[in-house]
Parts: sequence; structure tokens; C-alpha cells
Amino acid sequence: MYTETTHDAAHGEHHDHGPAKGLMRWVTTTNHKDIGTLYLWLAFIMLLYGGSMAMIIRLELFQPGLQWVEPHFFNQMTTMHGLVMVFGAIMPAFVGLANWLVPIMIGAPDMALPRMNNWSFWILPFAFTMLASTTFMEGGAPAFGWTFYAPLSTTFAPDTTDFFIFAVHLMGISSVMGAINIIATILNMRAPGMTLMKMPLFVWTWLITAYLLIAVMPVLAGAVTMMLTDRHFGTSFFDAAGGGDPVMFQHIFWFFGHPEVYIMILPAFGIISAIIPTFARKPLFGYSSMVYATASIAILSFMVWAHHMFTTGMPVAGELYFMYATILISVPTGVKVFNWVTTMWKGSMTFETPMLWALGFIVMFTIGGFSGLMLGVAPVDTQYHDTYFVVAHFHYVLVTGALYSIIAAFYYWVPKWTGHMYDEKLGKIHFWWSTIAVNVLFFPQHFVGLAGMPRRIPDYSLQFAEFNMISSIGGFAFGLAQVFFLYIVIKTIKGGEKASAQVWEGATGLEFEHLPSPPPYHSFTEAPPVK
Amino acid sequence: MSSASNQDYYVPHGTHWPIIGSVGLSLTVIGFANFLHGTWSATPIFVGIAILIFMMYGWFGTVVKESLAGTYNAQVDMSFRWGMGWFIFSEVMFFAAFFGALFYARMYSVPWLDGGSNNDATAQYLWPDFEATWPLLTLPLADKFEVAKATMNAWGLPFINTVILLTSGLTVTLAHWALKRRDNVWLVYWLFATVALGFGFVILQGVEYVHAYQDLNLRLDSGIYGSTFFMLTGFHGFHVTMGATMLLIIMIRAAKGHFSPENHFAFEAVAWYWHFVDVVWLGLFIFVYWL
Ligand code: HEM
Ligand SMILES: [Cu+2]
Repeated sequence: MYTETTHDAAHGEHHDHGPAKGLMRWVTTTNHKDIGTLYLWLAFIMLLYGGSMAMIIRLELFQPGLQWVEPHFFNQMTTMHGLVMVFGAIMPAFVGLANWLVPIMIGAPDMALPRMNNWSFWILPFAFTMLASTTFMEGGAPAFGWTFYAPLSTTFAPDTTDFFIFAVHLMGISSVMGAINIIATILNMRAPGMTLMKMPLFVWTWLITAYLLIAVMPVLAGAVTMMLTDRHFGTSFFDAAGGGDPVMFQHIFWFFGHPEVYIMILPAFGIISAIIPTFARKPLFGYSSMVYATASIAILSFMVWAHHMFTTGMPVAGELYFMYATILISVPTGVKVFNWVTTMWKGSMTFETPMLWALGFIVMFTIGGFSGLMLGVAPVDTQYHDTYFVVAHFHYVLVTGALYSIIAAFYYWVPKWTGHMYDEKLGKIHFWWSTIAVNVLFFPQHFVGLAGMPRRIPDYSLQFAEFNMISSIGGFAFGLAQVFFLYIVIKTIKGGEKASAQVWEGATGLEFEHLPSPPPYHSFTEAPPVK
Repeated sequence: MSSASNQDYYVPHGTHWPIIGSVGLSLTVIGFANFLHGTWSATPIFVGIAILIFMMYGWFGTVVKESLAGTYNAQVDMSFRWGMGWFIFSEVMFFAAFFGALFYARMYSVPWLDGGSNNDATAQYLWPDFEATWPLLTLPLADKFEVAKATMNAWGLPFINTVILLTSGLTVTLAHWALKRRDNVWLVYWLFATVALGFGFVILQGVEYVHAYQDLNLRLDSGIYGSTFFMLTGFHGFHVTMGATMLLIIMIRAAKGHFSPENHFAFEAVAWYWHFVDVVWLGLFIFVYWL
């Protein structure tokens, strides 16, 4: 039946070709490493773009009163900042890491569906260009918050909202194709001997994340579709006058939204579970408990969405159920944190840059987890909801959580990808600079939030002035630190000390044990042996 | 799991179809948005769709060629299977959003507008005359909408359509059996029957829509009943159209002798899709038309 591999039926090219030359290499590539690189660069560009909007927000909030921007423009900034960071920075960064790492971690020649892989990526630049261009159109960018609640996003939104809606559709198509590809790769492309329970945790967490994606991205697409018909075709899904309900929008959105926050944190758990054992020089304390904890978090994440809606006037039974279910999630989350801590217990630890970021993750993600627990308690959330306390919570889990893990992953695997060590001194400066700044930035937001400062408002009462100024100073410093990071990234790609194949003394896994640094363009043309 | 050597796994080298697809997709949606705003004509939408069709023709054409050349081993076949299976699952979740809206409206929003749960005072104050029923023919603020005069009867056209789709599920299975016993003639016949039933369904659905709009005044803008009715049936009808078109392509390929009992994943993928459309219809028939 099968005799010989021809890579391109039309040209009959030879097997061991390297990458094509020039721009078209990147546009037409089907190589998982190229596509991973594209995703990571897109994510970085979006991080800087979303970050510049955050700078505008912090500039306006530097002092009370209206200083720099119009309130409507301020609302556009908070909205676009959230959308760009969630859909443009964090999610594509994790997909980029999956592209680079999953095949080399499971001993596969590439992703299962390489052409579709290319399309998953190449939809995104179009989607984000469309989204970003609304800022310059009449009516301005979306200004209804990244959660785009109806009727702000239906009855009261400008025409540009339709570009936002279609951008979300495109992102959804991209995410679903990406997730399907990852599932097919993990289920079907493992080297012989790589059983499910031998897979690195990054692969496991991504497998589960991919399932979350294909389950909830279509629901998000459904939500924006109903928005579109409410806006233009006279339907009344989110309009009480016709028998619908704006609160229904919130239910559908958060049915997507809560699993979405786990989409942004489960791969992070996988990264941390790879880094901690390497620098503690001990195997992970409880591998299978990590797998089960990840799976339970994912399943529970479908059953807690209305904790974002405690103040909508739900029946009390609903409040109680969603409160207890939310608090229940902290059990498997705690399993993870204890696992990392016990892995380090009596380990021979060293503190290279990736380890610093991973430790920063554990400490600060836990702070975010605790504030989440507080928010999960319905009676007190009535007080905290829509204040800066919520903003502090989700920035601890997303910035010092998700983003920190992505940066940790960069430092941990970049020697493998490029064959160059990054500059250890600069890496450490980057870490300490970021970590001090990020706490100056977000920790005071707990206080102003508890004292009642509402989120998404360009002005505030005078008693919040000091903390906001401190927060803004931290914000500018953090923003600058990431420009410094850009310098480190470019410097590392251009050159640096040669990395060995194993890179780190304690590193394990196929990518460190069986591939040189950098790995060849097509790695694992022969399946590696798996112990 | 894996075959002995990864060399056998076909990794294509370079492709320009995705970028063409992205251009087509973007043009379609940007054209649509501008069309809605009245700034562009409908032409860009059709150009975008034409580009998308061209892309699919080219992309699938390449895959068909590779498949016939024997480029794909069993493992590649398995990747396609996982891919198609989970794609269908994602479609199920897409429908779930609209079903969720239907259930939420029926169980919560409509009764609550009439004072259910803790909303008594609000309802008394805002729309004291409103009464919750399903299907909802009286609306809280009727003058904003085209109020429907009657509900769609389940046992007329919708029932006939149910029979049609269920029959088509049977004919596609008969086609599969014919394929497995290498009976290409009956394979094509049964596929033809399935395609005919599929497009027949779509035509009857169109007739039903005309009936809804003209006789019942049941429209998209008839409040939540009309919204859920047309969103669910319309989205489903779109899927039937896609499915029937794919079946048509499979029929043409079958007539060209592309499939063998050992190698016919494309056929199976489309058959899965068809069954999925079928099952969704049962949900629609029960919850939109019947109960
Ligand atoms: C330890 C488990 C967690 C619990 C119990 C929890 C609980 C909550 C609750 C109750 C809210 C709603 C607060 C309100 O609006 O009044 C909330 C908001 C939020 N959480 Fe968490 N959370 C947890 C972990 C996470 C993680 C891991 C992420 C993301 C990586 C995350 C991201 C968010 C975001 C983005 C929001 C704000 C959404 C908005 O814009 O309104 N949370 N969390
Ligand atoms: Cu949540």
C-alpha cells in the first residue's frame, strides 16, 4: 500500500529539506516549529499593543479627575486592552508553546494536521487587524468591556461592533482548529511507548485545555451570533421587551468565560510542573495526582460560571450552589500548589531565571487564588463585585500567573529552540524588575477595591489618589520591563553562549534527552525510544 | 498508536491554501459588516465566498490527489478521524449555545418577566398585562415587534421533514453497506437518494418559512419565540445545506470510483456529519416544534 514519502506531490522534493527562503517561508509553512515561532511573535506584539493601552489607562488614573483622555476613549482602552491580552497575547502564546513543544515532547514528526495548523495561525493576524482597526473608525473601538454585556453591546453600541463580532468569529475558528490539531496530535502521534500516563504534564494540561477550547469557543461564537442578529435582524435574545433577557447574555458569556480563564491557566500549570522538578533536581512529587487534579478542575470549570453574576438577582438557591461549587475548585488547585511545594522540599535547588519566574508564579498565583476564593463567597462578592478588587484578583492570576509561566517557559526552552543561552544576568534583572513592579502595580488595587473604587471608570474619589498613583508608577515600570524583555529575546535569538543538548543539569524529557539544541527542522523522523 | 517509523507519516511541505482562505474569510465578513452598515454593496461578500470555495476546492483537491496516490498511511487516516470527530463535537457545542438560549427563555426569562422567582413587583410595575406562555405570542412590549398570530404546527411540514431526514440517515447507511461490499452502482444510487432527500428537506424548510412569514406572521422579529425558532432552524438548515453539498461531492467522487472498502474516510466523515445533522434535527423537532 504505502511505499515512499513524497513531501510535495507536485515538486517531488527531497525529504531532508530545510526551510524555504524569504517571507513565503512563514506564510506557507507547515512546520510546527515555524508556526510556533509565528504564534509566539504574534503574542509578543499583542502583549506590547495591549500593554500600551494599559499605559494609557494608568496614565489617566495617575491622578483623580479627567487628565488625558475622554471617558469614552478610556472605555475603549479598557475594553481593547482586555480583548487583546486575552485573545491576542495569552492564548496565542500558549498555542505557540504547544506547537513548539508538544511534538518534540511526545516524539512526533510534526503536528497531526500540518496544513490546518498553518491556517489556525494565519487567521489571527487578519482577525486582530480587523479588531484593532475599529479604534480608527467612526464610533471608535468597542467600549463595553471585554465581557461585552448586552445591551451595551447590542442596543447601545456603534457600528464598529460588527467588526468586533466577526473578529471573535475568526478567533473562534482559529482556536477550534488549533485545539482539534492538538488533540489529534496528542492522541495519535505519540512515539511507541509514550503511554498517556508517561506524557509530560505540559502535554496533559494542553490536551485538557484543548477539550475546553472545543467545548466553549463555539458557545462564544453562538453568543456573538445572537448579538449580531439582535443588532441587525430584530431578534430579541437579549431584549426583555420581546421576551428575552440581558442576563441570558451573561449566562452564555460566562459559560464560555469561566472555562476560558482555565484555558489560560492549565497550560501554565503544565509549564510550572516541568520547571520546578528540573531545578529542584527531584521528580514531580505526585504525577498522577496532578493529572487528576487538572481533569477535575476542567470538569468543575463548567459548573461555576454564575459566580461572575452574583449581583444579577439570581435566586438564592443559585447563589448558594454557585458559591459552593466555586469554592470546591480550590481543592484540586490546592493539590497542585502543594505538589509543587513538596517537589521542592529537600531538593537541591538552584535559582536560574526560569526557576525564579516559576517560583514567582507559585507565590503570586496563590495570592490570586486566595482573592478568587474571597470573590467566590457570594455575600461578600456583593461588596467586591465590579471593584478594583476583582481587577487585582484577575491580574494576579493572569499576569503573575499565566504571563509569568509564559515568560518562564521562554527562558526554560529558548536555549533548546535557538541553541543559545540567554544572558543569565539580564534574565534575573528582568525577573526582579518585573516582580517588584507588578506588585507595586496590582497589590494596592486590592485596597482601593475593598474600599469601594469601581472598575472601568476614568475618574475616582480623592481618597483613592495615593494608591492609584503608586499603582500607576508600578504599571509604567512593569511596562518598561517588558520592553527590556524584547531586547533580551532579540539578543538571545541573535547569539549567546552555546547551549548543550540537555541545557539544564536536571532536565528530563524527550526534547532534552534526544534532540540537539537547536533541534533539526524536522525532528524525530525516527520515533525515539521511550523509557 | 504510532507506526514503527515516523518517516511514513506524511508531513506536507508548504501550502498556500490557508492564506487564500484567510483572505476569503476576511473579505466575506468585512463585506458583510459593511453591507449591514449600508456602506458597501453585497458584491464583496460574494467575492469572499467565491475565494473560500476556490480555496476549499484547491485544498480538498490536493488532499484527494494525495489520498488516491496512497500518500496517507493508517496513522494519517487516524488523524483525520480524530479531527473530524472533534470538529463535529465543536459543532454540537455551537448548537448547544442556541438550545441554551431556548431553554433559558422558556424556563427563566419568560416566566420571570411575568413575575416568576422574585420578580413580582417589577413585573407589576413594568408590564402588568403580560402573561407568560410558550410559545410566546404576547410580548411585554408588543408595539416594538411583529407579533406572531399563531405557532408553527409540528405535525405538518416539520413532521414530514423529520421523516425525510430520518430516511436519509437510513439511505446513507445503505450506501455505506454498498460501499463495503464493493457495489459502486448501489453506492451511487443510495447517495443520490440521500442527496435528494437532503435538498428536499431544505426546499420544504423554505416552504415552511414562507408559510411562517406570510400566514402566521411568525418572523425573526416576533420576539423570543420567533428569534429562537429561526435561529435554531435556520442554523440547522444551513448545516443541512452544507451536508447535502458535501454528500453531492462524495457522490461524484464515488461515481469516479474513488472509494474502496479499505479506504473511504471522506465518505465516512460526511456520513458522520450527516448523522449529526439528523440528531440535531430530532432535538429541534422535540423542543422547537413539538413540546
Ligand atoms: C482559585 C480559583 C478561582 C476562584 C475561586 C475565582 C473566583 C472568581 C470570582 C468569584 C470572580 C468574579 C468576581 C466578580 O466579578 O465579582 C472572578 C473573576 C475573574 N477571575 Fe477568577 N477565580 C479563580 C481563579 C482564576 C484564574 C486561574 C483565572 C485566570 C487565569 C481567573 C480569572 C478571572 C477573571 C479574568 C475575572 C474577571 C472577569 C471580569 O472581567 O469580570 N480566576 N474570579
Ligand atoms: Cu470564573
